[in-house]
Amino acid sequence: MPAEILMPALSPTMEEGTLAKWHVREGDAVRTGDVIAEIETDKATMEVEAIEDGIIQSILVPEGTEHVPVNRPIATLQLEDDETPAVGGPSAAPPTAPAQMQPQADAQDIFASEPAPDFGETEPEVETAPAGPQAAPAEPAPDTEIPAGTEMVQMTVRRALRDAMAEEMRRDGDVFVMGEEVAEYQGAYKVTQGLLAEFGARRVIDTPITEYGFAGIGVGAAFAGLRPIVEFMTWNFALQAIDHIINSAAKTHYMSGGQMRCPIVFRGPNGAAARVAAQHSQDFSPLYAQVPGLKVIAPYSAADAKGLLKAAIREDTPVVFLENEILYGQSFAVPRLDDFVLPIGKARIARPGNDVTLVSYSRGLAYTLDAAEHLANQGIDAEVIDLRTLRPLDIETVLASVRKTNRIVTVEEGWPICSVGTEICAQVTAGAFDYLDAPPLKVTGADVPMPYAANLEKLALPTAQLVVSAAKSVCYREDAA
Amino acid sequence: MTSPSLTPGAANFWMDQRPSETLHEPESPAGPSLSPEDYLSAYRRMLLVRRFEEKAGQLYGMGYIGGFCHLYIGQEAVVTGMMMAKRYGDQVITSYRDHGHMLATGMDPKGVMAELTGRRSGYSKGKGGSMHMFSVEKGFYGGHGIVGTPAPLGTGLAFANKYRGNGNVCLTFFGEGAANQGQVYESFNMASLWKLPVLYIIENNHYAMGTAVERATAHAEELYHRGLAFGIPGRQIDGMDVAAVKTAGEEALESVRSGNGPMILEALTYRYRGHSMSDPAKYRTREEVQDMRQHHDPIELVHKRLAELGQNDDELKAIDKEIRTIVNEAAQFAQDEPEPDPSELWTDVVASEG
Repeated sequence: MPAEILMPALSPTMEEGTLAKWHVREGDAVRTGDVIAEIETDKATMEVEAIEDGIIQSILVPEGTEHVPVNRPIATLQLEDDETPAVGGPSAAPPTAPAQMQPQADAQDIFASEPAPDFGETEPEVETAPAGPQAAPAEPAPDTEIPAGTEMVQMTVRRALRDAMAEEMRRDGDVFVMGEEVAEYQGAYKVTQGLLAEFGARRVIDTPITEYGFAGIGVGAAFAGLRPIVEFMTWNFALQAIDHIINSAAKTHYMSGGQMRCPIVFRGPNGAAARVAAQHSQDFSPLYAQVPGLKVIAPYSAADAKGLLKAAIREDTPVVFLENEILYGQSFAVPRLDDFVLPIGKARIARPGNDVTLVSYSRGLAYTLDAAEHLANQGIDAEVIDLRTLRPLDIETVLASVRKTNRIVTVEEGWPICSVGTEICAQVTAGAFDYLDAPPLKVTGADVPMPYAANLEKLALPTAQLVVSAAKSVCYREDAA
Repeated sequence: MTSPSLTPGAANFWMDQRPSETLHEPESPAGPSLSPEDYLSAYRRMLLVRRFEEKAGQLYGMGYIGGFCHLYIGQEAVVTGMMMAKRYGDQVITSYRDHGHMLATGMDPKGVMAELTGRRSGYSKGKGGSMHMFSVEKGFYGGHGIVGTPAPLGTGLAFANKYRGNGNVCLTFFGEGAANQGQVYESFNMASLWKLPVLYIIENNHYAMGTAVERATAHAEELYHRGLAFGIPGRQIDGMDVAAVKTAGEEALESVRSGNGPMILEALTYRYRGHSMSDPAKYRTREEVQDMRQHHDPIELVHKRLAELGQNDDELKAIDKEIRTIVNEAAQFAQDEPEPDPSELWTDVVASEG
């Protein structure tokens, strides 16, 4: 009986790819290890090898097909011994199930900081919503910083970040990139793709795997007036370098009475990716947002990623730039402008509304914008604020919204204790107490190290459904239960 | 998306110097000597550090200086010799036993002392204190309170020198205690890999706070060999002899400046005072300290050599008097200056606020 050859996953976060080329035809005999096809994503190209001996029976997906989901059968193989149909590609990763907003029994207790009302068993309208990762990202409202009539182009966050660095490197010879695998490998997540070819090894520098050392070297170079972009393969590894980020970079301007400057950008993916477990899945936003002397940016859309990274590179204060691996491959509209720079420290109304304020940043916007759609279907007009910058925090935009809606829910993937949402709830309580018609609520990740198991990981992260539940709770709307 | 091709030859920029070089063997600098003018200059510089630090100790006892105050007394020959060897444009960075480095780079004693007393005319407007002063003008980049951090920071300053091709070297000082830190070896690796113009000076004063070097350090007698695994040559020098330091410093700087990559100088020295002002110094004997003071004092050594060269004692006494005046004026200034304006609490947090 034939075995199915499935579209393999090249990485924990890959959801689909292009079947670039078949190396075999129907009827060809293949042996274990033979390269049978090439698949590519916007990040990488890899060969698919046969892991069983047999004859290619039928090719189900022709070469050149784009957007082939992981785990879709791409061919069938007649096994020589006609036994177990165990066939696959370079990675035998289990299906990356689309994130469905399933009701979770005790979800409210886990994620919301306040006792939540009983919503009953399910919320069917939520389940009909487009699923998270595989759906096109929710596009926030156009930025008021972009001149009317500007042509917009679709672009991944990855490309937007790359273009921001390339543009700034063309503009200023003091800007350079250093980090692990940024040059010849083209970036562990391909964010620095092509920079080595354009700027050469003097300015695109592969470092050894020594975060403490190269972060300190970057800070020293910035003391001398250069403008380093230090890439951390992930922010988890930057814990080894946090001494230089905080003690050396953030504090020296103050400790020198304003004499020393440290124009450096530390950047890389932050927060949970997918199935990479506790040591690779932490949101460090609140940790850095607490440090005076830093500016902390955590964009969601590609346009914000580009405009804010360019601003960060020009900034004379050290910047912690928190990206998100899941967002790298997602496309958004980016203005086609010669020099698109956004102001640091300004939140953006990603969706205007009147009934409840939803505040989030980075990937939290995906859940939040989804949730706003569901809420609209239920007659709740939510206003969604994308903080974009976490330090300095644009609390005025949040307060203005709360004075209008009288209700607020914060949304983030990180831990609940001393979180960004915690800070916003405190400031809103102090600054708009008389306007509040309900206690502020937080939706956060679970207060546990990130588990590996797919079901547990899903339980540890917020969902649009949780945001919907929290929003209805502060609106005292239990009718949909 | 296609994978871009590598720029031919470009990947060699950070590794294009020499494949490797024979390591210097430690040599005992058999009595290097200085000219009478250099000895006189060294005497003046070292005496300024000595008297300044003594005064700082007094002001600490009187309550004018607070917090931590790490005195450099006994180690004056190290920074003085190195400053006499460096050239304009070279940078200097060290950790927190740093007043001597500030004075030796030419920073104003008044500004340094006023920072120690936390006054508005201090180098950091009173916001940095003993451990955090800087002068970009004089090439002094701090003043860092975390043990070991000067190693990568200084390596980064050297990186900037190579990036700009300006021919400058960063003189990176740290203590023998810091020489056990991981970040030091991460820096050695990259500095050697990229042939960065950095000279590491390990000031081995034999005690990391209260821990004698041999109690915390494997193979403690050869710290200058700590770079061997990275191909970094090292030398051990007599850090109580300013002539030995200056001579070795000049040789090392010439090698580093000419693109041979980093070097290590281990200067054997001694601090007379405690680690900080609150150190009862129970970890060493009074006799040990007395012996160093009486038989190995770096200033006495220069005094003796000047005498041998026929130096007029009256001129030395005049220098003593001049230094005392400078230090006394600095101390008075540091007591008279007002504290920072309360509004200064909120300034200089981020650079762009102007």
